[in-house]
Amino acid sequence: MAAIELRNVTKKFATADGGTYTAIKDLSLTVEEGQFCAVVGPTGCGKSTTLTLVSGLERPSRGEALVHGEPVRGIDIETGFVFQQDAVFPWRSVLDNVAAGPVYRGAGRSEATRLARDWLRRVGLSGFEDRYPHQLSGGMRKRVALAQSLINQPRVLLMDEPFSALDVQTRAIMSTELLQLWDQTKPAVVFVTHDLEEAIALADKVVVITAGPGTVKAEFEIDLPRPRVVQEIRFQPAFTRIYEQVWEALRAEVAEAYARTTRVAELAS
Amino acid sequence: MTDLHTPVTPSAHPAPLGTPPDEVQPAEAKSGMAAARRRRVVMAGLRVGIVAVLLVTWQLCVNAKLVDPFFWGEPSGVWASLRDWVTIGTPQGSLGDQILVTLEEAVLGFAVGSVLGVVCGIALGRVRLLAELFGPFLKAANSIPRIILGSIFTVAFGFGIQSKVILAVVLVFFGVFFNAFQGAREVDRNLIANARLLGASRWRVTRDVVLPSAFTWILASLHISFGFALIGALVGEILGANRGLGLLIRSSQNNFDMNGVLAGMVLVAVIALTAEALITLLERRLLRWRPPQTHGGAAVE
Ligand SMILES: Nc1ncnc2c1ncn2[C@@H]1O[C@H](COP(=O)(O)OP(=O)(O)O)[C@@H](O)[C@H]1O
Ligand SMILES: [Mg+2]
Repeated sequence: MAAIELRNVTKKFATADGGTYTAIKDLSLTVEEGQFCAVVGPTGCGKSTTLTLVSGLERPSRGEALVHGEPVRGIDIETGFVFQQDAVFPWRSVLDNVAAGPVYRGAGRSEATRLARDWLRRVGLSGFEDRYPHQLSGGMRKRVALAQSLINQPRVLLMDEPFSALDVQTRAIMSTELLQLWDQTKPAVVFVTHDLEEAIALADKVVVITAGPGTVKAEFEIDLPRPRVVQEIRFQPAFTRIYEQVWEALRAEVAEAYARTTRVAELAS
Repeated sequence: MTDLHTPVTPSAHPAPLGTPPDEVQPAEAKSGMAAARRRRVVMAGLRVGIVAVLLVTWQLCVNAKLVDPFFWGEPSGVWASLRDWVTIGTPQGSLGDQILVTLEEAVLGFAVGSVLGVVCGIALGRVRLLAELFGPFLKAANSIPRIILGSIFTVAFGFGIQSKVILAVVLVFFGVFFNAFQGAREVDRNLIANARLLGASRWRVTRDVVLPSAFTWILASLHISFGFALIGALVGEILGANRGLGLLIRSSQNNFDMNGVLAGMVLVAVIALTAEALITLLERRLLRWRPPQTHGGAAVE
C-alpha cells in the first residue's frame, strides 16, 4: 500500500470577485513507503496546495487524498509538515518549541524535554536550548522546525520549499543533513521546491507539475546511489544527464508561467 | 471622555515620551553606554529645569497680580494644601486612606475589566458564531457615552466602592476587549496550522498560540486602560461618595479651593505615572521573546 496517494484531485478556491480559481486539476500522485519524492514546478502552479490536501489542512474539491490507504479527513497528526515561512513559535524557547509535539501528544514534561534535547543534538543545536527563535539565524530556525517535526517520528513528512529562504551554501549543507535525518526514520517525503538541482540531489522520484492549474506533467526516477552528498553530487555525469531530461520537461512550464505573469503585467500597464 | 471605537494598534502606542527611539543595544561598546547614561542624566536635569521655570513663572505672575489665584491657584498654595493633607489630614480623614480607597477601586476595576475583556475578546475572536451573535450588541454598547452610566451606578449601588469599581470595569472592558479581539483575529495562520499538526487541541491552540500572539495587542490597550480605571474611580467618587481622592477634589471645588483641586490632580498624576511604569515593566517581561527593535515601537509584523 502506498504511503500517500492523490487520486485525480482538483482544488478550487473562491476568488474575491465571486468566481472560482482552479489551483490544481486532476492531479494524481503516489508516494511509496519510505520514498523521497520531490515536486517541482513554476511558482503558483499549486505545489503548496497539493501539500495542504495531503496534510488535511484543506479538502479537495474533487478526487481523493489517501494516506496509508485511508482517506484524509481533517488534520492528521501522524503527518509532519515543515512550512515555507517560519512557523516555529516566536514566544517559546528553542527547547520548548521542539518539545511541543510530544507534550501535545500526551508525553510527560520531563520525557518531552529529554526527547527534545536528543533531537536538538541530532540537528546540531545543542547549547541553543534557551534561545528564542529571533536570536537564531535563518538556517538554525529551519533546524528547529525540522526537529520540531521529526521528533514526532511522522510516517509522512511534507516539506514546502523549506530551504528557499537560505543562502546557497547553507541550503546544500542543510540538504545533506536532511538526508541523514531522513535515513534514521525513513518516512515517506513530499518535498516541494522550485529548485531542480535540489530536487534531483535529494529525491528518489521527481514530479514535474504544469503551470497552473497544476497537474502532473512527468515523473522521473532518480537512481543516483545513496548516501548522497548534496554539495558534490552535481559533478557526477549521471546527475547532469538526469538534469537535462527533467529540465526538458520543466522548461516549457516555467516559460509558460513567466509569459503569463508578464502578460498580466502588460495588461495592467 | 474618549470612546474607543477602534482598537489601539500596538504600533500606534507611542514610545514613552522622552525615551530616545532605539537606544543603542547591549552589543555597543562601554563608552557608548556611558554616553547614553550621561545623556539621560542631562535630559532629566533639563526636564526638572523646565518644570521649575514654569512653576516659578506662575508664582511670579500671581505675586505680580497678573493671575488671580482664586480661579487658577498658585504653586505655593498647592504645596501648602499637600503639606496640610499629609501632616494634619484631610477633612475626610487621613490622606493615605483617601489614596488607598481610590487605588483599590481603580485596581479592582482594572483587573476585572481587563480579565473580562481578554476572555471575551479571545473567545469572540476564536469562535466565529459568537462574534456574529454578539458583535452588534458590543458595537452598540461601545457607542454609548459610558461615563453617563456612573450616575446610574451611583444610584443603584450606593456611595460605597462598588459603584466606582463597576464604572471602572465598564470603562476598561471595551478597550481591552476590542484589542484582544483584533489580536486573536490577526494570528499568523501558519502558526495555528503548525500547532494543530503538532497535535494541539483547539483549547491548547487558543492558550499556546492565540493568547501569546494577541498579547502584543492586549498590552498596548492595558497602558491606556489603567488611565480609564482611574477616571472611572474618580468620576464615581465625584458623583457620590464618602471617601476617596475624587471626593477630596469635589469638596475642594465646592469650597472654591483651587489649590486643593490642583493638589488632588498632582496626586492622581503620580498614581497614573507609577501604574504606567509598572505596566511597562510587565510588558518588557512578557514580551521578552520579541526582537529588541520591535520593543514598544515598530509594528507586529
Ligand atoms: N486560500 C486560497 N485562496 C485563493 N487562492 C489561493 C489560495 N491558496 C492558493 N491560491 C492560489 O492557487 C494558486 C496555487 O497556489 P500555491 O499552491 O501556493 O502555488 P505554489 O506553492 O506552487 O507557488 C495560486 O495562484 C494562488 O494564488
Ligand atoms: Mg508555495
